[in-house]
Amino acid sequence: MDLQEKLVASYMAQTSSTEDLSAIAKIRSSAIETFEQQGFPTKKMEEWKYTPLNKLVKTDYTVFPKKAKNLTLDDVQPYILHDVDTYKIVFVDGVYSAFLSETTHEGMDVCLMSAALSQTKYRKVIETYFDTATDSKDSFTALNTAFGREGAFIHIPKKKVVEKPIQIIHFSTGVNQNLMLQPRNLIVADQQAEVQIIERHQSLSDTEVFTNVVTEIFTHKGAQVDYYKIQNDHEEASLVDSTYIVQQKHSHAKVHTFSFGSRFVRNNLHFYHKDEAIQSTMKGITLVEGKQLVDHHTLVHHAHPNSESHQEYKGIYDGQATGVFNGKIVVEQEAQKTNAFQQNNNILMSDKATINTKPQLEIFADDVRCTHGCTIGQLDETALFYLQTRGIPQKEARALLTYAFANNVLASVTIPAVKMRINALIAKKLGVNLGFNL
Amino acid sequence: MLSIDNLHAQVEGKGILKGINLDVKPGEVHAIMGPNGSGKSTLSTVIAGHEDYEVTDGTLLFQGSDISDLSADERAHLGVFLSFQYPVEIPGVTVTNFIKTAINETRKGQGLEEMPANVMLKKIKEKAKLLSIDTQFLSRSLNEGFSGGEKKRNEIFQLAMLEPKLAILDETDSGLDIDALRVVANGVNTLRSKDNAIIVITHYQRLLDYIVPDFVHVLHEGKIVKSGGKELAHELEEKGYDWIKQAT
Repeated sequence: MDLQEKLVASYMAQTSSTEDLSAIAKIRSSAIETFEQQGFPTKKMEEWKYTPLNKLVKTDYTVFPKKAKNLTLDDVQPYILHDVDTYKIVFVDGVYSAFLSETTHEGMDVCLMSAALSQTKYRKVIETYFDTATDSKDSFTALNTAFGREGAFIHIPKKKVVEKPIQIIHFSTGVNQNLMLQPRNLIVADQQAEVQIIERHQSLSDTEVFTNVVTEIFTHKGAQVDYYKIQNDHEEASLVDSTYIVQQKHSHAKVHTFSFGSRFVRNNLHFYHKDEAIQSTMKGITLVEGKQLVDHHTLVHHAHPNSESHQEYKGIYDGQATGVFNGKIVVEQEAQKTNAFQQNNNILMSDKATINTKPQLEIFADDVRCTHGCTIGQLDETALFYLQTRGIPQKEARALLTYAFANNVLASVTIPAVKMRINALIAKKLGVNLGFNL
Repeated sequence: MLSIDNLHAQVEGKGILKGINLDVKPGEVHAIMGPNGSGKSTLSTVIAGHEDYEVTDGTLLFQGSDISDLSADERAHLGVFLSFQYPVEIPGVTVTNFIKTAINETRKGQGLEEMPANVMLKKIKEKAKLLSIDTQFLSRSLNEGFSGGEKKRNEIFQLAMLEPKLAILDETDSGLDIDALRVVANGVNTLRSKDNAIIVITHYQRLLDYIVPDFVHVLHEGKIVKSGGKELAHELEEKGYDWIKQAT
């Protein structure tokens, strides 16, 4: 039985034992049908041309984790931001860990998806938002919709400015061989609400873990969501991350994606504009080596006038690593005075590293400003020599130039602890200690 | 300090230096002059240790040891400094962070502890003052958007911070107006001592009015064809390089 068949069979077995709202049950059964018909994407599909899934979907995964392992604070300490006070929603092998978490229902909901799905007081919110932002034709998203029962549920009411960042962290311990996880997050920021969120998936063992996560984010009028994805997982871990953001007037959604780890990462990041004067920001630093593959697919759908989108992705590829950047910007006829900016800059550190970069602009309005550019290059040899004549050894000189290259993406990070962590991760990845933060 | 004997060097298979002999002792200032394409910049690049430049014959000794197999950073740790004709712009790294990294990596290479932050800060302030550098300038990205004068002043600031034994100034006067030239030359002169040496590479005599050399060498087609005292520079200025070309 291949993975697709196994997943469909597992879904059938699962539905008899769980209770969903009838509306949700309907969405799930339609989603599994989509997945059954389409299966996993193949390289023949334009959107997956440079991102082979062969190995990933040929592994026999455990779909329902048998048991979770207890983790101590020491086990998880390196992966949780602790130099800043935060809310934490922590899962271990797909199961919520009350011990490691700090949730709240005071003046807002920072809690679990499973609770939101099962408790009647959340019924209205769930029916209003669940699976309404997604691309239901996307196979991975459909698969997650069919299975996803756990994750973060965050609802920030009108005008609430959340002081503490919220961390969503999924650990896997290896207690289940070849684990497949399908977390589902729902984030709703009501009018003028403001929230900062950090998401991380971390495997603590050498067994294969395949995470297929879907996050839906709704930013209502004037709301601000500042989202950080720290992708520095174990080399045996793989991630497909689909994030769908629906924005209302004057809202600002900002997503930073830091991709340093994992064997395979595919990010689908979609922004949909439902009104005027919206800002969407997406920034990324990818720093990979060996046989790692990181794929960023972004989509900004400008459907109304006077909005802005700003995207800036930097990639540094060493060894035989592969990078993909596909930035799609759609500007509907109605969306006059749109200002869309897109930049993708890449450095190939070795002859065997590859980057496939493609801007994809579909513009139907005539009074718009769309700028895009992509570059692929090597580190400047003259700059390296210059640094070396100042006593900086080649390895450190390369690291310094790499830092410098990635630096302006970090400038927009608003949580100092996140910036420090990313700086440290970059230094560690480059094997240097430069003794200062950019 | 620097002892060059019959030095031949090539880049991309093309021979540029064809038998250079040069002996520089502590406390001395040597000027190397010559027409465009004579090999002046190549000589400085070879001494500093660019890996694309290959020494094919002869010896390159620094303080008695052969340095021809050392990398540029290893030579810097021994005390060789090259001020670039065209300093490289590095957006995203501030002047301060750059100089801190350079000093501490150099100290590490010399087997010394890192310089304490307060000592570093004091030194930065002192040397910035020497070169009339505004402190705001120090938090700008290295050489990015700097004027020609600012770039050269920044080179000499790094020289002052790193305190090398041998400083090679490659066309430091190019792109400088007379005021900037004075500031830069004054900075260099303050750093002169009986223990260190300076090689000034220049096309024109102008800079040598301010940094007065003990010896002047004329380079032509990869060889030193004439050496003399500071008066040789004036003679060149008067008669032009054709005079040298004809004489050889």
